[in-house]
Amino acid sequence: MSGRDRVLGRVRRALADVPADGLAYEQAVDRGYAREHGERTAEETVDLLAENLADYRAIVHRCTEDEVAGLLMRLYAERGSRTVLVPPELPPHWPAAVGPVRIHDRAVSTPHELDRVDSVLTGCAVAIAETGTIVLDGSPDQGRRRITLVPDHHVCVVRVPGQVVASVPQALERLDPARPLTWISGPSATSDIELDRVEGVHGPRTLEVVLMSGA
Amino acid sequence: MSGGTFVGMPAFPAAAREAVGNTTLRANLRHATHTIRDKRARAVAELSDWDRLREAGKRIKDHTLRHLDRYLVQLEESVERAGGTVHWAADAEEANRIVAGLVRATGETEVVKVKSMATQEIGLNEALEAEGIRAYETDLAELIVQLGHDRPSHILVPAIHRNRGEIRDIFREEMAGWGRPAPDGLTDTPAELAEAARLHLREKFLRAKVGISGANFMVAETGTLVVVESEGNGRMCLTLPETLISVVGIEKVVPAWRDLEVFLQTLPRSSTAERMNPYTSMWTGTTDEDGPSTFHLVLLDNGRTDTLADEVGRQALRCIRCSACLNVCPVYERAGGHAYGSVYPGPIGAILSPQLRGTGSEIDASLPYASSLCGACYEVCPVAIDIPEVLVHLRERVVQGGEATRGGNRVTLKPAKGHAAERAAMRAAGLAFARPGALRAGQRLASRTRRLHPRALPGPGRAWSATRDLPEVPVEPFRDWWQRTRGGGGGSGDDRTTEGNGR
Ligand code: SF4
Repeated sequence: MSGRDRVLGRVRRALADVPADGLAYEQAVDRGYAREHGERTAEETVDLLAENLADYRAIVHRCTEDEVAGLLMRLYAERGSRTVLVPPELPPHWPAAVGPVRIHDRAVSTPHELDRVDSVLTGCAVAIAETGTIVLDGSPDQGRRRITLVPDHHVCVVRVPGQVVASVPQALERLDPARPLTWISGPSATSDIELDRVEGVHGPRTLEVVLMSGA
Repeated sequence: MSGGTFVGMPAFPAAAREAVGNTTLRANLRHATHTIRDKRARAVAELSDWDRLREAGKRIKDHTLRHLDRYLVQLEESVERAGGTVHWAADAEEANRIVAGLVRATGETEVVKVKSMATQEIGLNEALEAEGIRAYETDLAELIVQLGHDRPSHILVPAIHRNRGEIRDIFREEMAGWGRPAPDGLTDTPAELAEAARLHLREKFLRAKVGISGANFMVAETGTLVVVESEGNGRMCLTLPETLISVVGIEKVVPAWRDLEVFLQTLPRSSTAERMNPYTSMWTGTTDEDGPSTFHLVLLDNGRTDTLADEVGRQALRCIRCSACLNVCPVYERAGGHAYGSVYPGPIGAILSPQLRGTGSEIDASLPYASSLCGACYEVCPVAIDIPEVLVHLRERVVQGGEATRGGNRVTLKPAKGHAAERAAMRAAGLAFARPGALRAGQRLASRTRRLHPRALPGPGRAWSATRDLPEVPVEPFRDWWQRTRGGGGGSGDDRTTEGNGR
């Protein structure tokens, strides 16, 4: 007998006491919980996102669409980044004409090559205000999962208020499960050593989130 | 390591007594559990609908369990449609054999691992070692445990029993034997220790060809797997290797994508007391040129269907491994995680291990006694597992015997009168009574809150929960219970249960 038949057979025998006429899934689960917590305007929701991002030690900046190129330049300069990894398709006006060398992630580039770049710049799929989370789904302005993982500095541009939702349930509604998804809430952290929080064991140690309005 | 019993593990009371004598361990644990406990209460209070989320989580899990065959088959179809391959393992040995075979087929002799209780439960690292394959743990705490030739002591912070000084010594002495050595002059500041781990592990991540993980959730409808973590080591293992092998207990399936909205709210807040954990990865089969090009899912039974067959005990399969119950447990706080003799410590370990492994060994027979029945674990559990109810049920099983399922077959357990379990109970009682104030407070808490919760689901949900509509056993204080069951039954002799030994 295959492992499959054995396990499924055991499951069925184990459930012999359970009446067959069970409730359908839709009726079995009471969805009486909240779709979001508290009532906020779109602006207040963005404020809450900024607050919760900062609470989890992400660095938050705000700008308009016109200012984004200048702001990004300043962030790279402050950090002394000489190379910036970029996903295949960033909106053309984000990166300025001058600045650090742009590196494109290619299928053939090795993790070691990624490890040598200074910063990575991406957009996002959706951001969640109540939890201070940005979600990446591998779209062309976000790139493959590994580019936001290996470099030590990640700058993520969120279009506000359009890409911001209040809550986890609202975020899941907007996401496509078929895509590879990465949810990021603050930089990498560990509390494994005497519960002292230390940022960045493996992922980027610095996460900067640019809340860009006018989009 | 068959069935995951730690070899040579003494029964709970003996192990606990030793731990209680270790003042460093107790101080660490006390600090840890109280810190997380207080933070958790604040994180939970932020959500006005917590009780409804908890009820929804409970019902999603119960619904899934009662149709588990259907959802597993649906999951299998979804994963394979998305480009993955599904394997089924009835027990630890079969799972280890499948995984070792998959690794060998890649031609690799090293793998990087994400912290996973399922793979610890089946002793995967040891099984791979026997096949000449080296498995590297990449979670910082698991790294500390692995380098220290140690065992994890907490679900969430497995190395909580170690001080920073001890961790520095372990890194200095052991890292070189596993790869990149610790930096010269390494001090014991957490930041420096984390940096040493970063460098040591990065070398492994960047060359790894095979990753092994568990999963927190699997979605039947879409075939999506979810891993929730803090450090980013999970993302490394799930993203950089060419081959990904995920070993997941069959109880981790949920029906629909939408169900994640409940658990992604309750799990982080219950577990690390955060609004959201730093990283969550979700993958559905394989995606072109993004992440591993080969994905294998190994669905693990290993005693779960035996647990499912128990009408009272099956609720333990709702567990989402948040560890909230550990942090509120007065017995865990004093005894430490190692005393439970399995990868599942604390209150959940006390009900899960004896069900997954049976009560044939002394440690497993004693685990249902590793509790004061104060009810605090039930209070905090985000899927409302009535741990005290299951504990009492398992105590009766140990003492009075009865019908159970082992390895898929119905067996009749003999009562264990006059057997180690009773001695175990006496010692466990002594442990709990060493601080009678705490115990009494706990009992008051339990009987107070118990009235607030309905005993059975209303309406059509009743059929499922009817078996839980039991006499008020759980509110019975331990002392009374002891008097009653000890004075009761007339069994005699030293009969062991009919089960295999220490399965
Ligand atoms: S039993 Fe409940 S509280 Fe304990 S780890 Fe499982 S889900 Fe968390």
